[in-house]
Amino acid sequence: MTSLTWTAVCPLDAIPLEGGVAALVDGSAVAVFRTHDGAVFAIGNVDPFSGASVLSRGIVGNRGDAPVVSSPMYKQAFDLRTGQCLDDDSVRVPTYEVSVVDGVVHVGGAG
Amino acid sequence: MVTGKRQRIVVVGHGMVGHRFAQAAVERGLTETHDVLVVGEEPRAAYDRVALTSWFGHPDGAEGLSLLPGGEYDDPRVRLVLDSVVTEVDRDARTVTVVSPPSAAGDLLADPGAVTVHEYDVLVLATGAAPFVPPVEGRGKAGCFVYRTIEDLEAIRTASETATSGVVIGGGLLGLEAANALVQLGLDTHVVEMAPRLMPVQLDAAAGSTLVRHVERLGVKVHTGVVTEEILGDEQVTGVRLADREIETQVVVFSAGIRPRDALARECDLEVAPRGGVLVDEQCRTSDPHVFAIGECAAPGGTMYGLVAPGYAMAEVVVDALLDGPGTFTGADMSTKLKLLGVDVASFGDAFAATDGALELTYSDAVAGIYKKLVVSEDGTRLLGGILVGDASAYGVLRPMVSSGIALPDNPEQLILPASSGVQLGMPDEAQVCSCNDVTKADILHAVAEQGCEDVAAVKQCTRAGSTCGSCVATVKNIIEDHFASVGKVVDKGLCEHFRLTRQELFDVVAVHGYRRFDDIVEAHGTGRGCDICKPAIASILASQTSTHILEPATAELQDTNDKYLGNIQRNGTYSVVPRIPGGEITPEKLIVIGEVARDFGLYTKITGGQRIDLFGARMEQLPVIWKRLVDAGFESGHAYGKSLRTVKSCVGSTWCRYGVQDSVGLAIALELRYRGLRSPHKLKGGVSGCARECAEARGKDFGVIATEKGWNLYVGGNGGATPAHARLLAGDLDTATLVAYLDRFLMYYVRTADRLQRTSTWIDQLEGGLDRVREVVVEDSLGLGAELEAEMARHVGGYEDEWRATLEDPSKLERFVSFVNAPGTPDPTIAFTTERDQIQPIAPALIPVGAPA
Ligand code: SRM
Ligand SMILES: Cc1cc2nc3c(=O)[nH]c(=O)nc-3n(C[C@H](O)[C@H](O)[C@H](O)COP(=O)(O)OP(=O)(O)OC[C@H]3O[C@@H](n4cnc5c(N)ncnc54)[C@H](O)[C@@H]3O)c2cc1C
Ligand code: SF4
Ligand code: FES
Repeated sequence: MTSLTWTAVCPLDAIPLEGGVAALVDGSAVAVFRTHDGAVFAIGNVDPFSGASVLSRGIVGNRGDAPVVSSPMYKQAFDLRTGQCLDDDSVRVPTYEVSVVDGVVHVGGAG
Repeated sequence: MVTGKRQRIVVVGHGMVGHRFAQAAVERGLTETHDVLVVGEEPRAAYDRVALTSWFGHPDGAEGLSLLPGGEYDDPRVRLVLDSVVTEVDRDARTVTVVSPPSAAGDLLADPGAVTVHEYDVLVLATGAAPFVPPVEGRGKAGCFVYRTIEDLEAIRTASETATSGVVIGGGLLGLEAANALVQLGLDTHVVEMAPRLMPVQLDAAAGSTLVRHVERLGVKVHTGVVTEEILGDEQVTGVRLADREIETQVVVFSAGIRPRDALARECDLEVAPRGGVLVDEQCRTSDPHVFAIGECAAPGGTMYGLVAPGYAMAEVVVDALLDGPGTFTGADMSTKLKLLGVDVASFGDAFAATDGALELTYSDAVAGIYKKLVVSEDGTRLLGGILVGDASAYGVLRPMVSSGIALPDNPEQLILPASSGVQLGMPDEAQVCSCNDVTKADILHAVAEQGCEDVAAVKQCTRAGSTCGSCVATVKNIIEDHFASVGKVVDKGLCEHFRLTRQELFDVVAVHGYRRFDDIVEAHGTGRGCDICKPAIASILASQTSTHILEPATAELQDTNDKYLGNIQRNGTYSVVPRIPGGEITPEKLIVIGEVARDFGLYTKITGGQRIDLFGARMEQLPVIWKRLVDAGFESGHAYGKSLRTVKSCVGSTWCRYGVQDSVGLAIALELRYRGLRSPHKLKGGVSGCARECAEARGKDFGVIATEKGWNLYVGGNGGATPAHARLLAGDLDTATLVAYLDRFLMYYVRTADRLQRTSTWIDQLEGGLDRVREVVVEDSLGLGAELEAEMARHVGGYEDEWRATLEDPSKLERFVSFVNAPGTPDPTIAFTTERDQIQPIAPALIPVGAPA
């Protein structure tokens, strides 16, 4: 495994439960979410349908088994675990590894 | 009848039915040949007795209930004398004797007060009914009341000010109404009913006990199957003694039924029915061809009707008879559906299974407080009647089945089981579904399958089904849904995968349980963790029911992005800022501030279609600083982002315009300030024009007001957009206070019952009964909800605060407004602008090619 740079992004409770924040990681905008069960996910912040850097501002919830965020622009849902767009098979956003150490959220490289 | 000479009609009684008679006489031209004198005993003109209870909460008291607000008919040939009693009828001389106090006589009757005699060619008795007070010992003590007139209510209210407890004697429809009033007056309330259950005339035992549970939950104590033996106290009531117990009380209201007021008729030897009431034929003529009787004092064919609709029908029949028309009154449907103390109750057709061999099917859910019963014919093919308590939603489907004799489905119990949406009505294609407009099931299917109608509103437009009385709408809806289900198209009425409930159902659930958190709601009534459909809908419901800031922690994450950032998101992720400019009126100073702010932050400015100014291109992290400048200059959020009131557009009106008849700008500003911030199922817009030229395009708005010489006309249900609709008249010539009361009710009724993202026009179309239903609820207050809706609006108005200012004042709410949580100073690098016509314009971000393998 190649070495991975982890960026400390914010304290865990800076991310609202079932909400998101945008972070700057290696010059890229990353959306970091916290779901209801406390799990943390990170995906690219850019909405592929509009090109705007806004996914962190979407509504977090679920579709079936998948934890999702829906884009605030045109409402497509993205699976927070895989970045897969659930409304268009051919679209996916990057995902990032996350770990929480001593109450601080760290984002790793794109998965 | 003698021709050439004008005929004289004397009407005794100016209640609901006497008034309808006079109104119809004017409208149908009877007054061209007849003079009408109406004599009324009460000190005021006819008022809406059906809505009597709402007097307690009405802003303009008695005026609000009046059926003749000016106190005069628009026709000089109708004269109304109030506060005067007809004491005698001389049928040989064809005269009536009237006793008036001096003040009431005025110059209308030459004699200053006292006794006058009036000749008639036609006499119409419309004396109504009187409450029956059973012969209980002590019933004359101070503190005993009946519940029939505004004076009765005034007296009850005065007595309640010093009382702690009240007893209603009689647990029928009116008794429960009276109990409702005592609860509203803050009394510890008891209902005593001699029969073993509540509403013995309409309900069976099981329905009655279901109702008891609902009523008791509201704090009313119910005593059934017990006789009142004595009213206790010296001069003043101190208690009530029942067969087996005593209740301490200071107020007693008798509501043990009504008796027709037929004394005048008896005294002049007209025939009366064995059980009371002036006996009349199908033309409502008494045994004297010159005398008619209508309303509750009459007994057509021996039966008296204690409801207003049959009385109205009788009034029309007599006007018709006097015009030599063919109209007859041959009995009336006594079905009732109402909300008592907030509980749905309906009883229709043969509710007690009196028909030979009739079978009963019942469903009851004690926990939810629901009881439903169907009475079906012996062979199980026809519905004869039924009772619904706690959930009367099936009434619209069931009642027409009784009258049209449609064959029942194979499993008729499906009709009353919960979630009976997919009921197969087993209706033949030629069955008439809408009797008002003669529309068959086949016509509806044709509209759906061939003409592309997808919902009730479309079918209504295409076929007129459901556009009159509205009672068939539920059936129409079922037919449409069954059709889509049969072709494999799923029609799920639930909000989304997380909630099987509609928005209205959710609204009620939240109100009933008092929920304040999404988690509690989804745990109790849904599944999963929600989505971008149910979360904003619930946020909006919570905002309508409470006045807390939408960015409080409990609701912040439920908000759609626009609400979350209190601005409208634009295509490149920036936001627009729209300060409120009420009515479109703005001072030069404020215009300058907007210009300065736009210049200082480099924003694109545009005059909107809503008579205000939009500033575009603000980065999210700039929003608070921009708002601060605006708020400091006296601006507030214009809610361009929310599903809430946008603007109330105005024309310049009577202040400047040479045609204007009222101050339209003043009213538009007042309305915009009153309803600002009101969260609603979809956005709301209003307009006020100063005269009929309609320069404010008020009829293109959800509510539009157009000035008249006498006041304001109120129109509702207009919009632009993809499916434009013109607003329709709800009520005319209103004074400003009444206008505001009606608007309060209209808007709250909409907020409570509309579906998600339903503008007022589609909501009205899909409502059972359409605009007439809205008028019943808002203007006539038939549900008795008026006061409650106004109180909710008052709560909204009182709890309003500017969302921008409140956000600026709360550091925890401001935390959200940073570009990057770990680099707050770095602007979003994807946002870039170019210049066009001297202002900024977004450069489309470089799109990641959609569709390319990721
Ligand atoms: C700015 C403005 C256009 C303009 O430059 O003039 C505008 C802009 C938008 N309109 Fe509008 N509408 C604007 C006046 C209107 C009007 C005219 C009016 O109000 O007199 C109409 C027709 C009247 C009506 O609403 O019935 C109008 C009918 C719509 C509709 C269609 C509504 C419908 O019931 O069919 C939408 C779509 C929606 O709301 O679902 C819409 C939606 C929008 C949205 C919110 C779309 C969106 O989600 O981004 C636009 C964003 C506004 C922003 O970013 O600030 N806008 N829009 C106008 C703002 C008025 C204001 O001061 O608040
Ligand atoms: C609290 C309450 C709730 C009700 N709810 C409903 C409901 O939900 N649905 C429904 O259909 N019905 C309801 N009703 C019944 C409805 O109000 C009556 O059916 C209706 O008012 C009858 O109209 P009317 O003109 O025959 O009688 P009234 O409205 O009583 O009018 C009769 C008038 O004649 C006057 N009068 C009598 N004798 C004389 C005389 N000798 N000289 C001069 N004037 C005289 C009386 O003072 C009275 O003003 C309710 C009634 C009450 C009290
Ligand atoms: S609607 Fe009437 S009052 Fe208003 S500007 Fe037009 S003409 Fe003048
Ligand atoms: S039965 Fe259809 S509108 Fe009356």
